[in-house]
Amino acid sequence: MFDFLEDYDVLGAFWVTVQLTVYSAIGSLIWGTLLAAMRVSPVPLMRGFGTAYVNVVRNIPLTIIILFTSLGLFQTLGIKLGSEDFTVINFRLAVLGLIAYTSAFVCEALRSGINTVPVGQAEAARAIGLNFRQVLTLVVLPQAFRSVVGPLANVLIALTKNTTVAAAIGVAEAAFLMKEMIENEAQVILIAAIFAFGFVCLTLPTGLILGWVGKKVAVKR
Amino acid sequence: MTSVLYDAPGPRAKRRNVILSVAFIAVLAAALWWVYLKLDEKNQLDWVKWEPFFTDSRVWTTYILPGLENTLIAAALAMVIALPLGAFFGIARLSDHWGVRWPSGAVVEFFRAIPVLILMLFANAVYAEFTDISSEDRPLYAVITGLVLYNASVLAEIVRAGILALPKGQSEAAMAIGLRKGQTMRYVLLPQSVTAMLPAIVSQLVVIVKDTALGGALLNFSDLMAAVRPMSAFYGANTIASFTVVALIFILVNFALTSFASWLEGRLRRSKKSTGAVLGAEKVDDINAAEVGGSYGTGAGGAL
Repeated sequence: MFDFLEDYDVLGAFWVTVQLTVYSAIGSLIWGTLLAAMRVSPVPLMRGFGTAYVNVVRNIPLTIIILFTSLGLFQTLGIKLGSEDFTVINFRLAVLGLIAYTSAFVCEALRSGINTVPVGQAEAARAIGLNFRQVLTLVVLPQAFRSVVGPLANVLIALTKNTTVAAAIGVAEAAFLMKEMIENEAQVILIAAIFAFGFVCLTLPTGLILGWVGKKVAVKR
Repeated sequence: MTSVLYDAPGPRAKRRNVILSVAFIAVLAAALWWVYLKLDEKNQLDWVKWEPFFTDSRVWTTYILPGLENTLIAAALAMVIALPLGAFFGIARLSDHWGVRWPSGAVVEFFRAIPVLILMLFANAVYAEFTDISSEDRPLYAVITGLVLYNASVLAEIVRAGILALPKGQSEAAMAIGLRKGQTMRYVLLPQSVTAMLPAIVSQLVVIVKDTALGGALLNFSDLMAAVRPMSAFYGANTIASFTVVALIFILVNFALTSFASWLEGRLRRSKKSTGAVLGAEKVDDINAAEVGGSYGTGAGGAL
């Protein structure tokens, strides 16, 4: 019953999924933090740019962004992201698309974290004579970071699931392999069960652990 | 401008803001200039490539509007089917009986943990193997099935959160006047929570509309997304222009939905009739898979 599995590298496909997730998570954390910094900055122009980016990107399907990186950036504009190998190019394009999309959600999660800090905290900090840097590093940001773990965990879970969209441009991750296997093999239910199990293994523990951590560190108000 | 992070700007801060603004404009302009050069180099800005969208009505009647129609049909059907299912599982998760609560919780968590694309691929294969739905209709069925399975479980969480968001006094009062559990749910909790979760439901519709594009890319579902390829092939490789127009349409549709959701949220928050419990549009993302919380604990020791 499980014989046909020997012809396919299921673990390898899930390893690509994990790689996509990790690289995109790091990238979108950096770009998302920059966007969040822009959205709360005192410079109106930066705030405007951050808001516009988030609103535009959040309303475009990820599928379009990923396909655009391949059909638009690579095939039309010839952007190769420093590689000649198609597999590598597609992988990097997918990571680029996932970063562009996910960072909008990271930005929103971080911003909502800053917004949970009551204004009174900052006012009290100023009243005892702390300067801007001290207010930020000693009072506001420590509280903001702690309340942001839960929402960021949700973004990470969504990102893990969203990596399947990379199948649209031929990155050999889990959904791509599943599509291939379904076309060639008869055991549809079994194949689906294997991949469903794989994703449950990836997402549920992340949610449970980070959800627990998030609750543990969150500031009780 | 009141913010936690900074005061109203003084003269020095104002000067610094101007400098930062100028620097930011410079960076932005450089980036845009690079994009412009890149596009120009590949002739993607030629008027020929953009012209069809303004002068040729066939672009709209052949490619874009039928695609948009399919996208909206799939999204609407998925929502209509997912809502009752979601309500069922959401209420079942609040049941007193572990025999009801536990299985429905498992179903909801399972389908929320799996990517929609996997569900769509699975549905497509199952329809091909076990039913005689014609191969033209199959993508639509598969897309809707995938969307329903995933979104029913998300909506179940929204329904559960909506009911839990109501003040405890509501169910306590219902119990005090002697309503049974079912009656409390039907006459007291559900009517109020439905209004409370309307904004969250509308913003879930945005997610559904976006996810239909998956079917266009991987299941040969002829939606708005799938219109890009034939369109750009027919009008002389205007890939960038086609993508821009299709993305703009998605942005318009989803932005309208998002605005409607936040308008609804504001209206519900202001209205005096409700209990003031509103499940905001932003709230949907915050419902964590890990918080497999229990039932609606009431002071009287019962649960709903």
